[in-house]
Amino acid sequence: MSKIIATLAIRGAHETVNLAEQKIKEAVDAKGPNEAVAFPNTGYFLPVIYGLTGEKIEKVSDMERVLKIAKDLLPEEPSQDLWLPYLGNTLDAGIATLFGAEMIMALRYIGIGEPPVNDLYLGAADDVIMRARGVEFVDGSAPGFAAVVGAAPTTEQAVALARELQQKSLYTFMAGSTNGICMADQLAEAGVELGWDTRLVPFDPHVYGQIYSIGFATRAAMSFGGVQPGDYERILRYNKNRVFAFVVALGEVDPIKYAAAAGAINYGFPTIADTDIPQILPTGVCTYEHVVSNVPVENIIQKSIEVRGLKIKIDKIPIPVAYGAAFEGERIRKDDLFAEFGGSKSEAFELLRMRDMDEVEDNKIELVGIDLKDMQEKKAYPLAILVDVAGRKMQKDFEPILERQIHHLINGAEGVMHVSQRDVVWMRVGKKAVDKGFKLTDIGKILHTKIMNEFPAIVDKVQVTLITDNDKVHELIEVARKEYHERDERVGGLTDDNVDTFYSCTLCQSFAPTHVCIITPQRLGLCGAYNWLDGKASYEINPTGPNQPILKGETLDAENGEWSGINEFLSGASNGAVPRLYAYSMMQNPMTSCGCFEAIVAHLPLMDEETGMIYSGFMIVNRDYAGGTPFGMGFSTMAGLVGGGMQNPGMAGIGKYFLGSPKFLSADGGFARVVWMPSELKEQLRGILEAQAERSGDPDLLDKIADETNAMTMDEVLAFIKPKNHPVLSMDMLG
Amino acid sequence: MSDKIRSVDPATIEMLEKVGDMSTMFSRAEEMKPCTFGSEGSCCRVCGMGPCRLGGKSKEGREKTGVCGATIHTVAARNLARAVAAGASAHSDHGRSVAMTFLAAAKGEAPGYGIKDEAKLMTVAGYFGVQTEGKTVQEIAVAVGEAALGQYGKQEGTPMAYVHRATEKRQQIWEDLEVYPRGFDREVVQLMHQTHAGVDQDAEHILMSSVRCAMADGWGGSMMATDLQDIMFGTPKPLRSEANLGILKQKDVNIILHGHEPLLSEKIVDIATDPEMIEYAKSKGAEGITLGGICCTGNEVLMRRGVGPAGNVLQQELAIATGVVDAMIVDVQCVFQGIVEASKKYHTKVITTNERAKITGAEHIQFEEHNAIETAKTIVKAAIDNFANRKGEVFIPDHKKPMIAGYSHEYIKYMLGGKFRASFRPLNDAIISGRIQGAVAIVGCNNPRTTHDDSHRFLVEELIKRDILVVMTGCAAQGAAKAGYMTPETMEMAGPGLKEICETIGIAPVLHLGSCVDNSRVLTVLTEVVREGGLGEDISDLPAVGIAPEWYSEKALTIALYCVASGADVIFGGVQAPYRGSSEMMRLTTEGFKEKFGATFEFLPTKEEILEATLNKIQAKRKALGIDTQKERVLFDMDMRRELNV
Repeated sequence: MSKIIATLAIRGAHETVNLAEQKIKEAVDAKGPNEAVAFPNTGYFLPVIYGLTGEKIEKVSDMERVLKIAKDLLPEEPSQDLWLPYLGNTLDAGIATLFGAEMIMALRYIGIGEPPVNDLYLGAADDVIMRARGVEFVDGSAPGFAAVVGAAPTTEQAVALARELQQKSLYTFMAGSTNGICMADQLAEAGVELGWDTRLVPFDPHVYGQIYSIGFATRAAMSFGGVQPGDYERILRYNKNRVFAFVVALGEVDPIKYAAAAGAINYGFPTIADTDIPQILPTGVCTYEHVVSNVPVENIIQKSIEVRGLKIKIDKIPIPVAYGAAFEGERIRKDDLFAEFGGSKSEAFELLRMRDMDEVEDNKIELVGIDLKDMQEKKAYPLAILVDVAGRKMQKDFEPILERQIHHLINGAEGVMHVSQRDVVWMRVGKKAVDKGFKLTDIGKILHTKIMNEFPAIVDKVQVTLITDNDKVHELIEVARKEYHERDERVGGLTDDNVDTFYSCTLCQSFAPTHVCIITPQRLGLCGAYNWLDGKASYEINPTGPNQPILKGETLDAENGEWSGINEFLSGASNGAVPRLYAYSMMQNPMTSCGCFEAIVAHLPLMDEETGMIYSGFMIVNRDYAGGTPFGMGFSTMAGLVGGGMQNPGMAGIGKYFLGSPKFLSADGGFARVVWMPSELKEQLRGILEAQAERSGDPDLLDKIADETNAMTMDEVLAFIKPKNHPVLSMDMLG
Repeated sequence: MSDKIRSVDPATIEMLEKVGDMSTMFSRAEEMKPCTFGSEGSCCRVCGMGPCRLGGKSKEGREKTGVCGATIHTVAARNLARAVAAGASAHSDHGRSVAMTFLAAAKGEAPGYGIKDEAKLMTVAGYFGVQTEGKTVQEIAVAVGEAALGQYGKQEGTPMAYVHRATEKRQQIWEDLEVYPRGFDREVVQLMHQTHAGVDQDAEHILMSSVRCAMADGWGGSMMATDLQDIMFGTPKPLRSEANLGILKQKDVNIILHGHEPLLSEKIVDIATDPEMIEYAKSKGAEGITLGGICCTGNEVLMRRGVGPAGNVLQQELAIATGVVDAMIVDVQCVFQGIVEASKKYHTKVITTNERAKITGAEHIQFEEHNAIETAKTIVKAAIDNFANRKGEVFIPDHKKPMIAGYSHEYIKYMLGGKFRASFRPLNDAIISGRIQGAVAIVGCNNPRTTHDDSHRFLVEELIKRDILVVMTGCAAQGAAKAGYMTPETMEMAGPGLKEICETIGIAPVLHLGSCVDNSRVLTVLTEVVREGGLGEDISDLPAVGIAPEWYSEKALTIALYCVASGADVIFGGVQAPYRGSSEMMRLTTEGFKEKFGATFEFLPTKEEILEATLNKIQAKRKALGIDTQKERVLFDMDMRRELNV
């Protein structure tokens, strides 16, 4: 009964908070109260504490305040007879446990306690990982996560559990052991590939490591949901209604595990156990039951999904290997390699073409040439993947959109790795997949099933032809190249001026409820995933979905990019909060941002101390860049200022490819104002940025832009650009 | 003595045996038959042309009217109206005392009083539209005190502030029916005016004006009393105590706190638990000081301080008859003159303390809020000094039961989700899933014309057995506590669904919500349950019923009217409708109220009928809500998640 759980959880909370107190004392003694303490690379301090209380822990002595909060939350254990109500108290004890655990784990990063990272265990997820992976929770490609505590009865069962979670595209966060063994140890022993890429994430052998799961969830609320630190009600509600996570307790549950589970219940994350512990079945704090026990390991994931209230659509694809988004991150290394295609080792390409209805025979999958079984191990072979689709509502414009799906669709197969697209594609098939009977025609089955399932509104028929015959591939690759070229010409010709309709995007409103993207041919969505054509296709596929056409209406201001139809739409969609939009400006009436942007542009005023001149430079920082910037903060901290669906002049979230658009903040002076960006971003986008520089009339502009290797303060940026005669020096000051 | 069973409470039964032929409420009720005309509401005594006794037909076969021509319907409505005005006045004048003390405390003019619950002060400031930003706690408290007092003399004709705490739908109903209260004093005065001879002579109109007056209490004076008391003395949270006369200790100085206001009694608890005063008691030969409560003063100090209830309203004379009560400190309401007569047989000092209530033969020590501590000291000392004067046979019935009290609506919300997830969601879920079938508030008094505590016990047992959560206030609550029903172990008597909820939260299936002004807590809980969602749009949609099975006072009638006006079905038991002489009034309060407010005010003669009606009402509401059958579990995909509120 619940009283037993309450008693043990409250006991575990006391143990945890006492241990935290002891560790803080140790830290003060060993390092002094002013020793800095933080998780690596995060703008959210100790995120659970920061999110729920607003307290920023930056040094050891800051922990004393939070320790007091945790102690104040600690209730007494329920008495034997005539007990006082304990549910509220137990949940509070759970929060106290999270605070204690987070401090204990953070102190490990400064040498108090076990090292937080080793060969197997990854420790805390930094903000780069959180954002990259968090987006998958936003767009639904990861339906949730399982926080697995303890070990399965056998290694085989652990592997089966992991595979089932992967097939359901769920993340598996592992921390906590049974008799000294964690599920991560079992998976490692069985040679299962662990890490963020395979969604099997080993955090720590101790259950306190699950604080990283909770920290991930807490940051998701702040980062994608725009919830302010300290607004605990919204952080927890956001998690209950958006982040569909649950705790799987394998093996014995001790007081500390109960206490941690009580903490998770506050987030709406129930616990499902394989042992015979008491249950809490009434609903209300979580969506459904709070603790369900005695579930056999074989059924535990199915039961967990039901208890959490999660609906997961799994396509049954008739292939001999497992399939799911979690396998997309798998790498096939040399040792596991059976055969590979393309990747400069052989000719390979893929092409999706629209055909007339009578030209396509649905579900016809044909192989021209030899299949895997006749290939030699570790050799490269030519490959063409030709996908012919037909549909009453199919349009030529949708070809590239569907073609781009091929990459992740093929990648979802266990034991198959797929990189890039078009004629630069590179595919590897592993030995294990071939052992299980995987054939090249299975790729056809995947493509047929998934394209039919995901695009039923525009696709009625799919036919796939796979070619490994050298001559045929060589002949057809030229045809394909011609198609690619025509397509690029066609898309390149689309401008904001020559269409009359833009698209809204509220795809991420599940996570960022107030933000609406306006996608134009020359300004893609700030997440980088949706351009104008995607918006158009998405509308065709789902006319009531997240992408809606908006008639531009009257052009009010061509230079700033203001249209009457867009203003009206935004004003309505934001309840009047965003009455005007300048699509080409960051300084006036800018686009709002959710939390999913790929990069941030920020106004960087540079003052010349000698002349007193102020130059209005722009700096760019991308999500994958982990370091600091001349703005004085890193991506995460800046993201906190940009997000939240408010118009915030001087900063904007953008899709990276917007940097190559002729309309890139053209009203503010455009690309010529960019004075700083991380070197990796510059390299990644070099091709389109060079074209942009050319267009701005300064072909050498790229070399005049500072990066982290030469400038980390505004003064250093100015010192770098001044001798190079950066164009911003001759531009007007902004705002 | 008649054959009627006087009480089911063992302590009461033993005390009645002990006192033998001493005059008590029980014996007097048997001797005094109620006046037939008066009890049906058909006696009109509002002018000097009468009194007129109505009912029946004249010789000519016409319906009898008063000398003035008033029909029995007008007369019955007028009688109810005057009772409602008196009941509302009692509660709300209590609220006024609290507001005045609150304001004095805020201004620093009432030493010993202060702000114990700042968070609640801020919430209440919001209800009154008091700005809090940039203001000190004291400034806010002064503004809140002034705003609260302002509600009494409000003249603008706009609704009283607390009306806006109700659901939108309910507010609209009140506006449409013109029953939203405009100012407390105004509603009482106007109602008294309307019931003067030759003014309002339309039964329905008089009744609706009575409803408005009751509303000024329920969504005004009473609710403010609860709020301001919580701010000053602390919002209740669960605590342990014991109930019944068995809490009195022969070797202690025993002080009974009786009446309805916590203003003085809070200070008496402070003083009586002060080591200095305990030493003083010891110097007089006692082992210590025991406090016990009776009636709602008892409930107030129980909810916040854990003082054990020695008994409910019918036990006031019997407490004195134990021979160990050294002082009975009384304030207002339900303090019966019989205690002075009883005290003469023993040594008990009856001390009246309120300017509103003196009793011939009792000692009066005036309570002044600016001198509360000194007053409390004087009173406690008087009790201690009286210890030596004990006379008469001492008998303390060996009956007391442990209990948990202290459920404020704030705590109920907390207990369902902790500090971080406090909400009514789990309660709503439990009702929707059918684990809890519904909720019943059993409230009100005792009445010697029914068997003392019998209906309270019966209904609690039968309702929880059927998975119905019971909340209680007033003397009804004390009745259940004395039966031991307010312990978490009582969950064993509950049905399986309710038991599971009790186990999850750690509560009894019977919750003590406080005194009779705290019926306002019930309104707040019901409103919050509606707001939480999933159970309709208004209180009238909820599977919830209010029952006063042993009512006696005019206050009970007032409570009934504001509860019905709020959308809750109300059933009274025992003594039947005091307006039953008028068929029209019977229709107006049942069918008529149903049409207007979506709820009825019924009187049913037996506990079994009350139970049956309650169960039927709850099941009908469940059916209307579509929660009478189990629903399939909803699983959420990404699109459905987008619909969820974050």
